Amino acid sequence: MAKTIYQKIYASHVVGKLNPSTDLLFVDRHLIHEVTSPQAFSGLKMAQRTVRRPDLTFATMDHNVSTQRRSMDAAGETSRKQLEALAANCSENDIPLLDLTHPDQGIVHVIGPEQGLTQPGMIIVCGDSHTSTHGAFGALAFGIGTSEVEHVLATQTLPQQQAKTLKVEINGELSAHVTPKDVIMAVIAKLGTAGGNGYVAEFSGSAIEAMSMEGRMTLCNMSIEMGAKAGLIAPDETTFAYLKGKAHAPQEQYWDAAVAYWQSLYSDADAVFDKQVAIDASSITPQITWGTNPEQVIAVDQSVPSPASFSDATKRDAAERALAYMGLEPGQKLADCKVDVVFIGSCTNSRIEDLRAAASVVKGQQVAAGVRALVVPGSGIVKRQAEDEGLADIFKAAGFEWREPGCSMCLGMNDDRVAAGERCASTSNRNFEGRQGRGARTHLVSPAMAAAAAIAGKFVNIAAQAPAAATVAGEQA
Amino acid sequence: MSKIFAQGLVCPLDKNNVDTDQIIPKQFLTSVSRDGFAEAMFFDWRYLADGSPNPDFVINKPEYAGASILLTRANFGCGSSREHAPWAIQQYGFNVIIAESFADIFFNNSVNNGMLLIQLSKTNIDFLFNRCQQGPQQWQIDLASQEIMFGNNAALGFKIDADIKQRLLSGLDFIGSSEQLNTQISDFEQSRKASQPWLG
Repeated sequence: MAKTIYQKIYASHVVGKLNPSTDLLFVDRHLIHEVTSPQAFSGLKMAQRTVRRPDLTFATMDHNVSTQRRSMDAAGETSRKQLEALAANCSENDIPLLDLTHPDQGIVHVIGPEQGLTQPGMIIVCGDSHTSTHGAFGALAFGIGTSEVEHVLATQTLPQQQAKTLKVEINGELSAHVTPKDVIMAVIAKLGTAGGNGYVAEFSGSAIEAMSMEGRMTLCNMSIEMGAKAGLIAPDETTFAYLKGKAHAPQEQYWDAAVAYWQSLYSDADAVFDKQVAIDASSITPQITWGTNPEQVIAVDQSVPSPASFSDATKRDAAERALAYMGLEPGQKLADCKVDVVFIGSCTNSRIEDLRAAASVVKGQQVAAGVRALVVPGSGIVKRQAEDEGLADIFKAAGFEWREPGCSMCLGMNDDRVAAGERCASTSNRNFEGRQGRGARTHLVSPAMAAAAAIAGKFVNIAAQAPAAATVAGEQA
Repeated sequence: MSKIFAQGLVCPLDKNNVDTDQIIPKQFLTSVSRDGFAEAMFFDWRYLADGSPNPDFVINKPEYAGASILLTRANFGCGSSREHAPWAIQQYGFNVIIAESFADIFFNNSVNNGMLLIQLSKTNIDFLFNRCQQGPQQWQIDLASQEIMFGNNAALGFKIDADIKQRLLSGLDFIGSSEQLNTQISDFEQSRKASQPWLG
């Protein structure tokens, strides 16, 4: 029978059946971090169980770390305890850990691919919803809760039921200044925050094939924001070229066999998807969220919608609440709103291409008076590369803070927060109420849009700006 | 067969897309313990900036004190995978959540903590909210017969995955039942190593 990639990966990982509807699937890679693992290790210890496959488990410190200095206690006492618990759990169980002293430490969804831990055809789980990022490599990757983390630690497996399949096809060419971030925001706007519930989404089409691995990661990263269990993309030469030579990628003697296997990971031409949606890439313009969930998106030159414009009562109600929280009026242009904070970072947009795109906008200019702007690279590797390429100097000269790697202001678990009533142009993934700080007003945008907002002190349509910025970004990418 | 899974007061939270950042904000996630999250539930809605209870938030209304069944709308629990969200809800005292739909990860996390999540059509959810408008409701949830019982022989049926129903009724150990397949896991590891040696 014809199969989708998801169905192929699922079938190849079935260890056995737990009951007629539930399979036990083998997990190839288990990524852990400090926030969602301590209770799992305690549970394991209490039940006198051990970690079955520490060699398939990999840990990093990211959510809770200070991005100002590399000290375990820099983000407060409870954070220190949590970081120490992770270090102790990893050491007791022989689990490799990129701790704060390691030069490659970074956000779990940045370091997985960078280290070659993420590979096509794998099942990858992590106690973090943005695990969907790793689907960019043609892996089945999804977020799990702490009980499931404990289950994977103990058995290297997870009970699962087959999800439905969703095909998102994006053909055509993206316009200048339109990035993968804008693409996924446009997809979420079309499908809604719950449009993917129960589905694994596969992204395909010429616009996806043309994307770099980093762009594909941004796309798959936000699959969860439409509720999808996972998002994935068929692996191709771009994928193989990215992985070649990475620390944990298949060694030389296995490389050809691995690639041969990876090349079998595509959806058969006659595979049937439960749901399909198609978007013309050339129709997508720079996107921005105006509300408090990721489907409340407009093109940056559009006006903030009126609640009355929604025929669905639920959406109308959500729009009313969102406008009140965001301090916006229907019909208002976001370009008229002053921006207080600019955050460039997160597992969505903190990779080298993101920083190049932002730096190309910033180069030779100054952050507007009254704007606090920070760049938080996704990992030590990204940070060093950005410093070598001179990007860090561009940001610092413009008045940006240049930070250490971590999740930072995406969720504000450390001290990087947005104050109540402040408006933030953020390259992160969630604009929920209070996400970046109680009362904080988040607008999700691409790195170039965030950079442009920092310079102008308000949102601008990057696509309508002088073309010079795009040229630089294009050359460097 | 009858098996009352829960009974008690219903609290109607009339909101769609309640995300896990709302259920429990980030500042409570630094704990290494599984307990102590009840006070953090719905923190930003539940307390005013000065720390006092927000009298307008439904949970704080005296008529809903001690509620054990949470009634809400669509896409409840979307966003972050933090299991602290169901921990907080359960530790507050809710063991049943009734909604039009749930986000996948939140759903699994709740079931793994022995909570019953009931999904109903929008029409039925509207019907239940209407009942709540008539005054505080005391319902019984019969898991065996899959019914929400309003008293006076009035009831509404619900569907539930057979596997989840069995787990909730028998209280099966989540990890223990998978460990029954330990031999198959070892076999799988062997054949995986042979066919894809690069995976380790």
